[in-house]
Amino acid sequence: MIGLEHYLAVASALFVIGIFGLFLNRKNVIILLMSIELMLLAVNINLVAFSAYLGDLVGQVFTLFVLTVAAAEAAIGLAILVCFFRNRGTIDVEDVNVMKG
Amino acid sequence: MIGADIQILLPEIVLAVYAMLALLGAVYTTKDGAASLLTWMTSGLFVLLALAIGVNGAGTNIAFNGMFVDDGFARFAKVTILLSAAVVLLMSEGYMQRRGLLRFEYPVLIALAVVGMMVMVSAGDLMALYMGLELQSLALYVVASLRRDSVKSTEAGLKYFVLGALSSGLLLYGASLTYGFAGTTLFTGIIAAADGGASLGLLFGLVFLIAGFAFKVSAAPFHMWTPDVYEGSPTPVTAFFATAPKVAAIALFARVVHDAFGGIVGEWQQIVAFLAVASMFLGAIAAIGQTNIKRLMAYSSISHMGFAMMGLAAGTVGGVQAMLVYVVIYVTMNIGTFALILTMEKDGLPVTNITALKSYAKRQPLLALVMLVMMFSLAGVPPMLGFFGKYAVLLAAYQGGLAWLAVAGVIASVISAFYYLRIVYYMYFGEDSQALDGRTPPVLWVTAVVTGAIIGLAWIPGINLFGLDPMAAAAAATLVN
Repeated sequence: MIGLEHYLAVASALFVIGIFGLFLNRKNVIILLMSIELMLLAVNINLVAFSAYLGDLVGQVFTLFVLTVAAAEAAIGLAILVCFFRNRGTIDVEDVNVMKG
Repeated sequence: MIGADIQILLPEIVLAVYAMLALLGAVYTTKDGAASLLTWMTSGLFVLLALAIGVNGAGTNIAFNGMFVDDGFARFAKVTILLSAAVVLLMSEGYMQRRGLLRFEYPVLIALAVVGMMVMVSAGDLMALYMGLELQSLALYVVASLRRDSVKSTEAGLKYFVLGALSSGLLLYGASLTYGFAGTTLFTGIIAAADGGASLGLLFGLVFLIAGFAFKVSAAPFHMWTPDVYEGSPTPVTAFFATAPKVAAIALFARVVHDAFGGIVGEWQQIVAFLAVASMFLGAIAAIGQTNIKRLMAYSSISHMGFAMMGLAAGTVGGVQAMLVYVVIYVTMNIGTFALILTMEKDGLPVTNITALKSYAKRQPLLALVMLVMMFSLAGVPPMLGFFGKYAVLLAAYQGGLAWLAVAGVIASVISAFYYLRIVYYMYFGEDSQALDGRTPPVLWVTAVVTGAIIGLAWIPGINLFGLDPMAAAAAATLVN
């Protein structure tokens, strides 16, 4: 029997993979966008699992909002990335370094 | 009834509809030709809405079954956000025009970001919170990379986007855990579920939520995007980032910790106090080595957000009141300072190095005096307005039983005085370098002198900080109960 804990475990694993993808990735900005998407999807699994467990629809409504916003976010991220590529000619993470903090 | 709900949401709806109509109108007519007019119109609408909210608003109105709360706290934050956004828009018009950046999207995006901020500070539900936050963030990512042909601006946009999305993810994960363990997304339900001690899951949710907010207010150790984004964005956009979004983020922070987790103050107090100490010291120490004034202002804003969070950490009505007072004063100081930064140019190009201010006092005595007032106020030197803000939060922290935090705040304030006073030193005692030759556009001159007068003269007994304290007290009382 697969219970709530299993879903939460999968979601937290995906979320952590997403965070590690953001920080350990040294290659490509596209991978950053994928990592962000992975984090948001992990949250969706969490919300749907809780929604089913609680017998409460709010979680699923929340999931739909998150999906929509994630799509908008990806669109804006890619648009900014295209502008960056035009100026810099590369999308390597290591080359996002004109300003150092 | 839906009509009554919409009545409560009217300012947000008006602004959102205006933004969409303005976008359509500009696309189908003269495009960028309308940008200047749109900027003025948007700014005027902000002021009108601020007046409508400030004058008409009364009592606590709840719309959509608690999803949207319009109380004194929300109105205080909204008026601050709207007025500061209006002033920054007016300040940016001339600068953007001269650099060919004044596209019609700019005022529209700012209007949409402001709608997001207004929803944020009024959120009574995790969903409303998330939607408001994302509306604000998505608009701001685009505004940061407004100068499409510049490596720095697009890089700033990219960095802001990636770290902003990460913070949204953290916040959302916290929201999902909170929903799961409280069984509801409504703040009123969460505070009932946390009554008499929170479960471990709820605490995890709270920690993730706070981490997300810390990113948005750029509190250390989640501040790393701030200096790069401030440096890379066009200067008017930096001025905007340093004012309205900061107010919205810290107001949202206060709303969530008090409205949803007000029953377990002890659980989040230590986290907020840690964020406050880390931000104050990091902002004060890291700014010492900066020569770019935009980066310097970034570290300065990190430090100031630390002070605002010190008020929040007190966990009392007085603490929220002090936080509100501090944030309003901080916004006024930043508007004045950025008005002066926007005038810094040489041969028509913007200059951001602080050494360019050397002997500024000989060429522009009045503006140098305003800058001196701003720097003294940012450093917290009495009798400038900034001192009263610092005094309020220090007192609130002390009365909240966090004497060590107040002592740490004083030490951080002394450290940060060094780099503010260095600018004053350059202006009055630096050898002449003729590094600046820009004229001062009237809008910037008026903004700088008016904010300078407000900050320099608010201590006069009859003025009494323009009644800021009682207004903030009334606002704080509606939040904490």
